[in-house]
Amino acid sequence: MKYVDEFRDPRVISRVAREIARTVDPARRYRVMEVCGGHTHSIYRHGLRDVLPENIELIHGPGCPVCVLPTGRVDDGLTIADRDDTILTCFGDMMRVPGTKGTPLELKARGADIRMVYSPLDALKLAQQNPRKHVCFFSIGFETTAPSTALTILRAQALGVTNFSVFCNHVTIVPAMRAILDSPDMRIDGFVGPGHVSSITGCRPYEFIARDYGKPVVVSGFEPLDILESILMIVHQLHANEAKVENQYKRIVPWEGNVPALRAMLQVFELRPYFEWRGLGFISQSALAIRAELSAFDAERIFDIPGVRVTDPRGAQCGEVLKGVLKPPQCKLFATECNPEHPVGALMVSSEGACAAYYRYAMRAAVET
Amino acid sequence: MCLAIPGQIIEIATEQPLLARVNVGSVRRNVNIGLLENGEVAPGDWILIHVGFALSKIDEAQAQDQLRMLRAMGEDQLAIEEVRGYSFAEPKGEEDEIRR
Repeated sequence: MKYVDEFRDPRVISRVAREIARTVDPARRYRVMEVCGGHTHSIYRHGLRDVLPENIELIHGPGCPVCVLPTGRVDDGLTIADRDDTILTCFGDMMRVPGTKGTPLELKARGADIRMVYSPLDALKLAQQNPRKHVCFFSIGFETTAPSTALTILRAQALGVTNFSVFCNHVTIVPAMRAILDSPDMRIDGFVGPGHVSSITGCRPYEFIARDYGKPVVVSGFEPLDILESILMIVHQLHANEAKVENQYKRIVPWEGNVPALRAMLQVFELRPYFEWRGLGFISQSALAIRAELSAFDAERIFDIPGVRVTDPRGAQCGEVLKGVLKPPQCKLFATECNPEHPVGALMVSSEGACAAYYRYAMRAAVET
Repeated sequence: MCLAIPGQIIEIATEQPLLARVNVGSVRRNVNIGLLENGEVAPGDWILIHVGFALSKIDEAQAQDQLRMLRAMGEDQLAIEEVRGYSFAEPKGEEDEIRR
């Protein structure tokens, strides 16, 4: 598979890096946001920062599901596990996200029935196996994951399961990108667009960014070469005074997206009027709720959810890091109180979080050099 | 979180047409194919799997590409662990309880 190896061949990578270095205007600064946490992870893991010219600044975007979930929503979801008659389920990433009273993992150690699942269908199966309990799935994720939750709810309905619900926290990436573009302290020249999210949404939803804001968007794969190529494509667009949506990740992302998946989402979800994002505040029409006709599966209608708002832990500057205003090591708690073993903020939990990625790769590199 | 895992379809379940039996490395599990168009995939085809669902049909070269990408990201073991963890709709007789 020669084609594949090229994506990480150091010679090919340095060739593209040299081409970027040759192409950029030294008098100019380029602020490029990689929207997706998977890209953030890859950038740090492969040390791409070090092969790029100084005047290309990479800003880490909000595309990490656990990172953007505000503590209040974590606390809200965890109240479901307070009851004796419920089993709360969530993905592994979520198990380590701190709420005010602790992480789901810690609450489980204290006796709450919280279980990790790999698929929402596992949560549904658990409901079938435990007819005397109510099983709730704490769902998080962008458009990559939302269709799976949608189909699971439809499956529960088809099977007539009455003891299953979803605490829905699915968010959509485009309104967050719009909020970033509208934010006065954010100056972004172009976006490396998300990969797997776009395999569902397609490339069309980003067209307004090029049309209305005049910024390039290049949907990108996750290999080091993919990301460098995408950055080069953005630089070329900027130099040509162009702004368009380009698809660097054609091998996975169809321009029109995944139609059956979008159909399933439309059938099950509707847009919330607004939703709180960590660091970005309330963003209108940025999250999904379960439609009224499926309210039998909506944990927010079944349970009395307090709807709390909680500020980030004292000293933690997750919001500033999420907005790209601060780099991870500039946070006061970074690598001291907040580290991957004991994350204070969610950005230190997921491998897609900027702080965890920086801690794992960039710190080690700094020590080694 | 956004792991997308390549797998090859062994067979489409006769008892439940939205389920496909899939090989991911040495692990064989069921995956839901309800997010693909009807009849889009058949035994022998490759798919990208995310949280128990096929996200898209890919070709073999793309599957190898994706597998190497997971390795490059240090996430290949995580991917196998995830697929091994899918416990829904196991073949009859192989049902295993979700670990507490």
